[in-house]
Amino acid sequence: MNSELAIDVRGLTKSFSHKRVVNHVSLQVRRGEIFGFLGPNGSGKTTTIRMMCGLLRPDEGTGTCLGFDIRRESDDIKRSVGYMTQKFSYWEDLTIRENLSFVARMYHMADRDRAVADAIADLGLSERADQLVGTLSGGWKQRLALAACLLHEPKLLLLDEPTAGVDPAARRDFWEELHRLASRGISVLVSTHYMDEAERCHKLAYIFNGNLLANGTSEEIIAAQGLTTWIVRGRNLSALSAKLEQTDGVSQTVLFGTSLHVSGTDPSRLEGILRRETAGTECVIEGAETTIEDVFIFLMHTNGIQTETSA
Amino acid sequence: MMPFSRAGFSRLWSMVIKEFLQLKRDRLTFAMIVMIPVMQLILFGYAINSDPKHMPTGLLVSDHSEITRTIIQTLEHSDYFDIKGEFADEESARRALEQGDVQFVVNIPAGFTRSLLRGERPALLIEADATDPTATGLALAAVSQIGEYVMRKDLHGPLSYLNSAAPPFEARVHRMYNPESNTHYNIVPGLMGVILTMMMILMTGLAITRERERGTMENLLAMPVTPLEVLTGKIVPYILIGLLQASIILGASHLLFRVPLFGSLVTLYVVSLVFIAANLMVGITISSLARSQLQAMQMTFFFFLPNILLSGFMFPFRGMPVWAQHIGNLLPLTHFNRMIRGIVLKGSGFSSLWPETWPILLFMAVMMLIAVRFYRRTLD
Ligand SMILES: Nc1ncnc2c1ncn2[C@@H]1O[C@H](COP(=O)(O)OP(=O)(O)OP(=O)(O)O)[C@@H](O)[C@H]1O
Ligand SMILES: [Mg+2]
Repeated sequence: MNSELAIDVRGLTKSFSHKRVVNHVSLQVRRGEIFGFLGPNGSGKTTTIRMMCGLLRPDEGTGTCLGFDIRRESDDIKRSVGYMTQKFSYWEDLTIRENLSFVARMYHMADRDRAVADAIADLGLSERADQLVGTLSGGWKQRLALAACLLHEPKLLLLDEPTAGVDPAARRDFWEELHRLASRGISVLVSTHYMDEAERCHKLAYIFNGNLLANGTSEEIIAAQGLTTWIVRGRNLSALSAKLEQTDGVSQTVLFGTSLHVSGTDPSRLEGILRRETAGTECVIEGAETTIEDVFIFLMHTNGIQTETSA
Repeated sequence: MMPFSRAGFSRLWSMVIKEFLQLKRDRLTFAMIVMIPVMQLILFGYAINSDPKHMPTGLLVSDHSEITRTIIQTLEHSDYFDIKGEFADEESARRALEQGDVQFVVNIPAGFTRSLLRGERPALLIEADATDPTATGLALAAVSQIGEYVMRKDLHGPLSYLNSAAPPFEARVHRMYNPESNTHYNIVPGLMGVILTMMMILMTGLAITRERERGTMENLLAMPVTPLEVLTGKIVPYILIGLLQASIILGASHLLFRVPLFGSLVTLYVVSLVFIAANLMVGITISSLARSQLQAMQMTFFFFLPNILLSGFMFPFRGMPVWAQHIGNLLPLTHFNRMIRGIVLKGSGFSSLWPETWPILLFMAVMMLIAVRFYRRTLD
């Protein structure tokens, strides 16, 4: 196996009651890489991550995590992977300290008290260490879960929406910490719905309805779709947006507060349409970079239509 | 006992601590642990063993004399018997007994007095409806003292030659409907097994389904802990709880029901320990089989039923059909009931208890295998 790869899975497939929720997904994450895993709700992110760490048995497909086979060596994987569940899964009737001690004992850590004390201090929760976890706010629970899954110094992190509900400052701290870990050679697979977080990843994958639609650096993904995007500024943009949405040659429109992103695959045709539609109005148009968000929405729409028509 | 590595022991210990802490925080469960045994003991103990008095009694007297009158008066004064009247013939007496109109029929046969005066020690026949053995047990015990009383009251002066060491007549008891009769002390030790079964299975039956339903199972499964470590870790705290409960039950039955202890306390605890572990194993097996807490509860009750009915607690074991005895013999409670009665009432020691111990150990091993086999290591 390639020792460069922290995760190397091929053709992972999983069905629940005859509904295929992950369809032949292949992913490679290199050591020391932060890999973003994106996709709309119910697209199969959590299911894929669970298959990687041995919590679900894939129906088809093979692969390794840290060189261990995901089917046969899940005990070895569990020892060196830190998995943070999407739904908070620590014990609410234990205190912060007790939860962390539990984890430390589970991994048979040498200097348990020290590790637990350090983790609590890093969290800035020293005064509240003996508070029951059930009484913590949502964001603090999330931060505790993260600290707990980092406690045993895993070589690979599988983080399922680790920053959901976490405030911006804490999220920034968290991403700085992730990059620090990555620079020490720790690999990270992180699922998220935040685009700013996507942009902080080395690589991205986009999954929709169980199918992996895009995979690579954000530049690669953007380039692969060949979209051109224009920004329209002005008033009454929602009417314009509705109209453009119906026009051939416009792939999608995304409305922001005072601007409208309009994307299409044929640059000259798109420009022509926009010039025609905005002529004689107060709206101004300017060419723009296609963002990763534009691409994801585009991927979702085009593939959503495909699956609807094929169904 | 089990091959745990150092890391494995650390994980097991981690589980034990966690379970203890959670138990400590769960006030309701904690209250249950102390209160339920005492409450059940009181409810069961008094309901079943309530010292029954004034039980309807019919007479069938074919010999009227001063002595037989004294006997009847004495019966009535004993508080246990409530004389309802005299039956015309044996036929109607039998029918009343069958229908439950009376619980006893006291039959004084013709020529009783004459035979008594001749020193022939005639028999006073008492037919008892023994479907509720404990209800009849005490009353019948009282009958045996009547002879003594009558002796002192009537058989003096010229008749004092009858006043020998042996009672002047014999009370011959015919227990109907339930030949093998339990006694008062029989049922309180039996209760210990029932209460322990109930508590141990209730408490561990939910142990794993609770983790599933709270979502913490996903976390546990993502850790490198083995099924055996999880299961053992969840059982260990309850072994101590079980022993605590056993002590509560023992203490309470001694204080409330004056149940004596003829055997050794150490034997009693060792036997209880084995029994507690077996029941915890059942609970944890249920927990590992069930998909939800509701399912776990259903399975728990499914297991209770044969335990209550076929273990010899409710109905005398030898009175049951053979197939029921076979089922009964599979259950730890059956064996525990025999052992505890042996220890408490007969003073049995370890050597004589082995035939009842190994079936429990075997049962436990089978349960452990099932639990580990069906413990789901994934979320599928
Ligand atoms: N245990 C299960 N049994 C049945 N269906 C399931 C199960 N787990 C997930 N699913 C289904 O599989 C699909 C994918 O779910 P999954 O949780 O992987 O999505 P996700 O990408 O993580 O979504 P989100 O962003 O909302 O977390 C969903 O349609 C979900 O209903
Ligand atoms: Mg998810």
